[in-house]
Amino acid sequence: MKVSLFIPCFMDQLYPDIAFNTVKVLQKAGCTVGYNTNQTCCGQPAYNAGFKAESRAVCEKFLSDFNDSEIIVTPSASCAGFIRNYYNEIFSSSALSWNIQRLTKKVYELSDFLVNILKVENLGASFEGLATYHDSCAGLREYGIKSEPRKLLQHVKRLQLTEMSDVETCCGFGGSFAVKFESISLAMGDQKAGNISATGARYVISTDVSCLMHIQGVIENKNIQVKSLHLADVLASGY
Amino acid sequence: MSSVSPSSVFNVKSNEKAKDLGHRQTINFNIGRYNAVVPNGKKQFSDLTRVRQKAKNTKWRAIETLDQQLELFEKNISARGVRVIWAENADEACAAVGEICKAKKCKSIVKSKSMVTEEIHLNEFLESMHIESIETDLGEYIQQLDGEPPYHIVTPAMHKSKEDVAALFARKLNTDPSLTPEQLTLVAREKLREKYVAAEIGVTGANFIIADTGSIAVTENEGNGRLSSAWPKTHIVITGIEKVIPSINDLSFFWPLLATYGTGQQLTVYNTIVSGPRKSDETDGPEEMIVILLDNGRTNIIADAKARESLYCIRCGACLNACPVYKNIGGHSYGTTYSGPIGSVITPNLKDKGDWKHLSYASSLCGNCTEVCAVKINLHELLLHNRHTAVEEGYSTLSEKLAWKLWKRASLSRKLMNTGSGSLKNKVVNSMFKSWSRGRSGLRFSAKTFNQLWKEKNGDE
Ligand code: SF4
Repeated sequence: MKVSLFIPCFMDQLYPDIAFNTVKVLQKAGCTVGYNTNQTCCGQPAYNAGFKAESRAVCEKFLSDFNDSEIIVTPSASCAGFIRNYYNEIFSSSALSWNIQRLTKKVYELSDFLVNILKVENLGASFEGLATYHDSCAGLREYGIKSEPRKLLQHVKRLQLTEMSDVETCCGFGGSFAVKFESISLAMGDQKAGNISATGARYVISTDVSCLMHIQGVIENKNIQVKSLHLADVLASGY
Repeated sequence: MSSVSPSSVFNVKSNEKAKDLGHRQTINFNIGRYNAVVPNGKKQFSDLTRVRQKAKNTKWRAIETLDQQLELFEKNISARGVRVIWAENADEACAAVGEICKAKKCKSIVKSKSMVTEEIHLNEFLESMHIESIETDLGEYIQQLDGEPPYHIVTPAMHKSKEDVAALFARKLNTDPSLTPEQLTLVAREKLREKYVAAEIGVTGANFIIADTGSIAVTENEGNGRLSSAWPKTHIVITGIEKVIPSINDLSFFWPLLATYGTGQQLTVYNTIVSGPRKSDETDGPEEMIVILLDNGRTNIIADAKARESLYCIRCGACLNACPVYKNIGGHSYGTTYSGPIGSVITPNLKDKGDWKHLSYASSLCGNCTEVCAVKINLHELLLHNRHTAVEEGYSTLSEKLAWKLWKRASLSRKLMNTGSGSLKNKVVNSMFKSWSRGRSGLRFSAKTFNQLWKEKNGDE
């Protein structure tokens, strides 16, 4: 299957390795991966800050960059959730409205795409260690995945999984919230880090690099010996 | 005297509370107890989703036809001799109460728990008139003793442990500091008895205004609300206009929903419907009943078709209990009557967007509030909506505007996004977002973007 890859702006700038791991995983699953080198961002940051007009301009760019794509896959439940849930509203009264309805149905988060579209759960990955999975709010409530990443991880050889308490509670990232309301964000991160650490896991895995960036930051600051990994990192290991 | 802006008060208070581990522990403990019982309450519904949907639809109908519902209510209840007063704002509502007090030569009032009376600062107003106003709900009584506003819309003293309450009673009422919660309740009950006997007027809120029968309904667990409405000679009800439901039959699902989402009960202990003062053949009840219908910014919310949904709220408090921000900063940090997600949604619209828009931003938009709301209000989307209207109406700062213009320029140009080395970006971004790196390790930009690396490997597509 031919898929168009969308790499979130955060990941593009800070974590290119995860993006390459995503490519590796998709190829392992038998996909031909295309990447339009014009792409930038889905438009979410400005939208969440209240700057709808600025956001809309970037959303339009996304639309034109991905106009010809059959299927769009992205290693982020946050971006995929935003496109699926908010593009309709952003363009509700515009001539693009028809296009949007078509497009938003073609956007998939990585684990959802693998498990529910390709029907692949075992990618032949292998990764040694005890890990806990962090549900991003975007994944859990905005996009609606919970079992998919877990199914994929259960098939990773030598990987042991354990659940943390309050697993559905927000880690405290929240975009500009993390800097505007630093102490609230950190208090939330502190509790998340505590719950992760209490499992005894060496790794925390998620579908969203934004949560991981925040969690990793808090963990390092507190000197907790846990490493954060994107789902794609784990699924691309051992082959 | 220079006045401090609500947003700086919020920043100072929330900062303090977020770091207060004792506070965190008490709140997590008390909300943990709530979380433990809610599933039991939910068991009474065979199809909970449908009930919540039905409640939402009913409130939708009530708010869309608010004028007609309220007029019907007024017509029906005034036919039984109740005076209905329409108050446009807090001052008008307080003034109306003041006039009644004067006419009745009132020296003391007993009050049941009501957030609307907090909203209009009724107790302060009465104090200025030298009228004693006593809170009769135990939680509110504790808060009043302590000189604090309620911390939570359902459980006013949620932030106090039983030891805190025992110490407070000892300090204010000279009781033994080792009293148990049961003993403390008895002390309060005894004190309150005297007040009931003396009070000329009882003030209550209303959980629901019922249009088709012309009644108000009060829900509570202690019987103090019923007593406040029935014992004194005059009963004043003060309620927001959005509390209306079309029919008395709607209570069949609103009561259980409110009980379950509020406290995990199947039904709250006392549910009282009041339709008028004592009739000539009745043995008890007040001689006179007055209902004050308060707008105080609610019609601003109606004017915004999207925000209107926030008026469906039945004040169950579930969204507060589910909110990680509320749990970390507590009810008082908000600096306003309604706290938590629903408070952050309505306060900027009830009051002033410029002064209160920060509340709409003080959220990670995790969406848990929307998930738990008894009447399925899209709370986190309404926070987003508030952000949008605040920007549209020009309430953002120049530097914010500039930053997002720049963001737009960069995001529209792949070339710009590939400009600058990783180390340069590290420097700029980490110094711009000092508040990121204070409590977290700094951001580490990659030397090259994925985009650049892909092109080097695969060429331009
Ligand atoms: S917004 Fe919903 S959850 Fe929050 S208090 Fe109102 S009804 Fe309850």
